Amino acid sequence: MPKGIAVDKQGRMKERAAMSDTNLLLAITVVVFFLLYLSAILFLGGGFAKPQNFLNILNNNASLIVLSCGMSLVMITGGIDISVGAVTCLVCMVSAVNLEQQGGNLLTVVLIGLGIGLAFGVVQGFLVAHLGIQPFIISLAGMFFAKGMTTIVSKEPVRVTNEGFLAVKDTRITVPGLGSVNKLGEYIPAYVEVGVVIALLTVLLLFCLLRWTKLGRSFYAVGGSSQSANMLGINVRRTRFLAHVLCGVLAGLGGILYFLHVGSGDVANGAGDEMNAIASSIIGGTLLTGGVGNVAGTFFGVLSLNTIKRIVSSLGFDEAWWSNITVAAMLCLFLVVQSVVLLRRNKK
Amino acid sequence: MTTPVKEPKNTAKRPHESRLKQLTRHQLFIPLAALALLVLFNLVADPSFFLVTVKENSLGNPVLSGNIISVLDNASELVILAIGMTLVTASSGGQDISVGAAMAIAGSVILRMVCGGQVTADTMQMSLLLAVLIGILVSMVFGAFNGVLVAYFKIQPMVATLILYTAGRSIAAWINNNQLPIINDLGFKYAGTFLPGVPIPTPIFITALIIVLFWLALKRTNLGLYTQSVGINANSSRLNGLDPKLIKLMTYVILGVCVAIAGFIRVSRSGSINYSRMAENIEMDAILAVALGGNALSGGRFNIYGSILGAYVIQFLTTTLYKYEVPSTALPAYKAVVVILLVVLSAPVVQEKLAGIRKAPAKTAKGVS
Repeated sequence: MPKGIAVDKQGRMKERAAMSDTNLLLAITVVVFFLLYLSAILFLGGGFAKPQNFLNILNNNASLIVLSCGMSLVMITGGIDISVGAVTCLVCMVSAVNLEQQGGNLLTVVLIGLGIGLAFGVVQGFLVAHLGIQPFIISLAGMFFAKGMTTIVSKEPVRVTNEGFLAVKDTRITVPGLGSVNKLGEYIPAYVEVGVVIALLTVLLLFCLLRWTKLGRSFYAVGGSSQSANMLGINVRRTRFLAHVLCGVLAGLGGILYFLHVGSGDVANGAGDEMNAIASSIIGGTLLTGGVGNVAGTFFGVLSLNTIKRIVSSLGFDEAWWSNITVAAMLCLFLVVQSVVLLRRNKK
Repeated sequence: MTTPVKEPKNTAKRPHESRLKQLTRHQLFIPLAALALLVLFNLVADPSFFLVTVKENSLGNPVLSGNIISVLDNASELVILAIGMTLVTASSGGQDISVGAAMAIAGSVILRMVCGGQVTADTMQMSLLLAVLIGILVSMVFGAFNGVLVAYFKIQPMVATLILYTAGRSIAAWINNNQLPIINDLGFKYAGTFLPGVPIPTPIFITALIIVLFWLALKRTNLGLYTQSVGINANSSRLNGLDPKLIKLMTYVILGVCVAIAGFIRVSRSGSINYSRMAENIEMDAILAVALGGNALSGGRFNIYGSILGAYVIQFLTTTLYKYEVPSTALPAYKAVVVILLVVLSAPVVQEKLAGIRKAPAKTAKGVS
């Protein structure tokens, strides 16, 4: 053995090694993101240098940020939830129908979104935590159920014309000091949409939850080793259940934000977002095997993923398939890196 | 791991159990019961469901037509996939969710070969056999890619295959430069429709051939034994001189072959391809077929005939739903309910509870007799 592994404090040494893994993976993500963005500015210039361009990544992906954070929570406890994209789609469609045909308002939209998310979270969480069914199978069924229900609600796209809703949708929150001057010499302020603020607040809240609350710490404990967690007196089933419920609610919130961004219900809404969310979490340093991860990393994961997509499309490969292939390649790369890290750690 | 421990208990108990209980305990009970239920439903609702007539197809040849023929015909791809999926499930304890996307890749490769790179071709530019062989080869490579990730990098199968699931359809489009090649050669469509002079759809024959091949392989070789032992306990199989990684990889490559054949049948039906819609959601059906066949999704012991039966039951259900005009886009919602019911019923916790309910009356019955 090259390095002296602690003789008497093996438990502590292991813990420290695991923590450094979390931080190492987070550091890799942050560095990768900044390198990507800097090289984009240097080599592609123009658009990438404008602050608004960066803010647009946030504007377009507020929903994905929330979805990915929910995904990370479940992944930290060692589960997975691939129904989030379809739940987003269902929330959009039901909200749109509610606003247009049933005279709903913003409040009902929020209630619908959170309600649908909660329902999916509770059912899936119960089946996973209390009946011990593989989370992938259950959430696969959940995904197909949500997809099918969406087309049952409405096959045709529903465009929203409700004024109260559109007013919120089009609200632009100006970010001071980041504006730019256009060719005519007019000053255009940089802005973010309402959804971005909600998404950032969610990330902050979840970050605090994971780092400083008992529930947050028990997510890590259950994901790391459910047996040890059980011996420590943590209610493993309840923890898993709550992780899925939280993920469901966040998927509902993600649906609301998606709806706020696009303003219509369509069966194509949120298509493939479950894969984007998983990819973002993995790139952000969340291990699929559980116990390691961080929502801050996930946030940077979303940014990296979308920066890559933008770079690929600005290089001239703007067909849809290139973006899919790049995402898959990036996912593959990070999965292999993680697997190697994990295998090496287990060997020690 | 619990299976080998439980098994002797069950066999020991069996002689004391009634016929009915032995029947319900049998692995094929659930798919057979589901099939019987569907048949009964159709018999009561509309007996004409089972009518088989002779009709002329578009070429003027007399061919058999009817719902039963359509079930047998349309289930072909699913049955072939379910066979491969059973092996993968047994060896690695997980499922391959990229089969639909991989089918699109195989179909795209075969079409590109026979069209010779043109968008529309009236005659095949390459011998069909060679084109299919190339398709199988490409598909095996993608299967090996999944297999390496699962076996050597120890990534959970469903997550490892997520990569190909995301990229597969894009790769399929890329192979043909995002064009939709169409082949009008009748010879190409024999495999997906009818051979001249034969009234039964060709996919039924291909499926039968594949089933026989696997039956022979399982009977004559150690494929089944090795796959099961790796799935039950990879470590102890390694100690017994097997290479679990290689065997896992092999099952993924075999699934690759199945995928290519299924993809060939699918493109051969129409002579064209739609990258995003082709074989959509078929991975869900294939996994469902394995589960419905009474196989544990966590790996280990398997019964390939259960999966085959499961696949036919699913197609039967689909055809029935179509007959009652359930729109194809709403179909997943119904199937999802069936999946959830199935996995809940097969969950260990529920099984134990059910066994508890079963045991209680059994004891009292004994006491009385």
